[in-house]
Amino acid sequence: MFSSILQTLPQVLIDGLALGAIYAVVALGYTMVYGILELINFAHGEIFMTGAFVGTAVLFGFQGAGWLTGMPAWLSYLLIILIAMLVTGALGVGIERVAYRPLRKAPKLILLISAFGVSFVLQDVIRFIAELKTGNYIISTPQLFDQRYQLPLSSISSWFTDASVKANTLFIFVIAILLMIGLDIFVNRTKWGGAMRAVAQDRETASLMSINVNKVIVLTFFIGSALGGSTGVLFAQQYGTIDPYIGFILGLKAFTAAVLGGIGNIRGAMFGGIVLGVLEMFASSNLGILTGGNFGAEYKDVFAFMILIIVLIFKPEGIFGKAIKEKV
Amino acid sequence: MRSKWSGLMIAALITGLLAGCGNGATSSSGASGGSTASTGGKVIKIATQSPLSGGSSIQGEAIKLGAQMSMEDHKEEFTKLGYSLELVPYDDQGDPKKGVANAELIGADQQVLGVIGHLNSGVSIPSSVVYEKYNIPMISPASTATELTDRKLKVVNRVVARDDFQGPAAAEYAIKTAGAKNIFIIQDKTAYGQGLAEAFRDAAQAQGATISGYEGITVGEKDFNGVLNIAATQKPDFIFFGGLYAEAGLLIKQARDKGITAPIMGGDALDSSGLVDIAGADVKGALYSSVAGDISKLPDGQEWTARYKEAFGKNPEGYSVYAYDSMSVMLEAIKTAMGSGTEAPARDAVRDAVRATKDFEGVATKVSFDDIGDNAYAKVFIYKFADATYPGSLEAEIAQPAK
Repeated sequence: MFSSILQTLPQVLIDGLALGAIYAVVALGYTMVYGILELINFAHGEIFMTGAFVGTAVLFGFQGAGWLTGMPAWLSYLLIILIAMLVTGALGVGIERVAYRPLRKAPKLILLISAFGVSFVLQDVIRFIAELKTGNYIISTPQLFDQRYQLPLSSISSWFTDASVKANTLFIFVIAILLMIGLDIFVNRTKWGGAMRAVAQDRETASLMSINVNKVIVLTFFIGSALGGSTGVLFAQQYGTIDPYIGFILGLKAFTAAVLGGIGNIRGAMFGGIVLGVLEMFASSNLGILTGGNFGAEYKDVFAFMILIIVLIFKPEGIFGKAIKEKV
Repeated sequence: MRSKWSGLMIAALITGLLAGCGNGATSSSGASGGSTASTGGKVIKIATQSPLSGGSSIQGEAIKLGAQMSMEDHKEEFTKLGYSLELVPYDDQGDPKKGVANAELIGADQQVLGVIGHLNSGVSIPSSVVYEKYNIPMISPASTATELTDRKLKVVNRVVARDDFQGPAAAEYAIKTAGAKNIFIIQDKTAYGQGLAEAFRDAAQAQGATISGYEGITVGEKDFNGVLNIAATQKPDFIFFGGLYAEAGLLIKQARDKGITAPIMGGDALDSSGLVDIAGADVKGALYSSVAGDISKLPDGQEWTARYKEAFGKNPEGYSVYAYDSMSVMLEAIKTAMGSGTEAPARDAVRDAVRATKDFEGVATKVSFDDIGDNAYAKVFIYKFADATYPGSLEAEIAQPAK
């Protein structure tokens, strides 16, 4: 039992890290918006999905124009991510303006319902456009990299079997790490990042310190949504198939990752995402072995969410979160 | 400006609604128009029920046209007997409620002696209860759910194979033709996927293959690396998937990414061009089973296809030829029920004559109904993707074991 778990471990880690990197970047969007507005932006999963569709549409556009053959694949990949980031960033700002800002003084529950409304509208709008263009809402994305590498781990130690990794997976790691480091530097080292942290801490006081709170909120939505959109492109490239409903469950898991790391905490979200991705992959590969075949891979989500519940029971503020003391 | 726009929108909506109603009106008048035209001579009517609108309308129309073609082929024969044949097409929209409502209309029309349909098992099952009430025999050219005939209604018959035969047929192919010994099974936890996978598993085990894994996935997921990691450690020489084409396409692609080279096979839900879109070049070598045969491989197939094309100006779909055979069986039964008499036969006589059909030679399939209305000669066909183009090429046909 133990040896067979160990054998697949390298492959599980590679797959889990790829999935976790995607969760982590999407979780950043949740955690940023929550940190500033204390609002769970449930439309974020759909922004991720829109990013996947925008990226695919741009890719089809490139293909139609015949640019793909002339350009190196990594360059077109970057261009597609950039375009998807701009579009979804603008979309996020638009959603904030239409669905959240008029309700900012309303009870939190109203905002939550508004967020759900936006996400259903986005799902159906994207589905409508996709069906109009292709007649089918499950879209296959052409893959920019299709090389596969074999890692001969069995020659290092007989404990492991060979693992394989797609070029695309490596690209996901690179992009996700760049995005996460970039965001970390932006929030901790720049003037605007300082303003964001100030607004997150106390909106009223920040506005008295001549910080334009609305601008900071718009910026937060732009960055968070752009990150979500870029992950959509990564996802579409990794799995090759997208549909308008991918955002819901992935958004839920990314939100879980944010909670796991301590919601509102950017480094916590990154950590939570990666932990959740690896856990989920480990569970789906090994649950059958661990439980003697009683629970199969289909219970992986239960496993991941159980871990979440356990963490929340013993450390409700999340792994990296600070316990908030009520001001008296 | 705003009010102008909303005015336009409302106008557009109203025209849309009117157009929708208009369609409904024409189709129902088409059905009733038939009955007014028929007053006078002795008329035998046969209804078809299939989705003529909506997502499955291509297959639904193929059923109607196939039945129509057979009726036209037999028209002369019945004219000699003093009857004119008439086809009454109904649109069930793939909707059980609509199918049942139509069935009531069919039952009320005393001249209708039989029904060809439906496409969807979900519509066949509730509608057949109404046919049973009126003793109208139905022959389905496409419905495969086991429940359809398991309820042992006297009126229900079908010419295609049952769902619980597809799994064993696939297992037989996997073991005897593909030489599988170590089989890994993945299923999607739906009634269809799990039922198929279990039928496959039991049959494969009975024939001596090792089942090295039986894992589930969730419909709508995109990452199946976990399940495939388990599969990779078992080193299977064959993988069977019970589920739909969207997940199957991803599974095939992700398995090849992992370096799993074993053939991957699925059921008739993979019989779709969507599978090729998703799996791309990796679909090469994938297999699927289907209840519809390849017409071009049949002895009279080429000639039949040419006639169909000439009559309707389009290529036949997989179920067209099964609808043709269903109608031929129905007409044959009516002749039998008539005997030497000149009166139109009673419905229950036709019903019993249909069930008594033995060794009828159709174009696509031989037909012999057993005591619950399943066709003893129904076959399951195995297709393989030789290239990344749909459909696959016919690999094998598997007949049902004699009961």
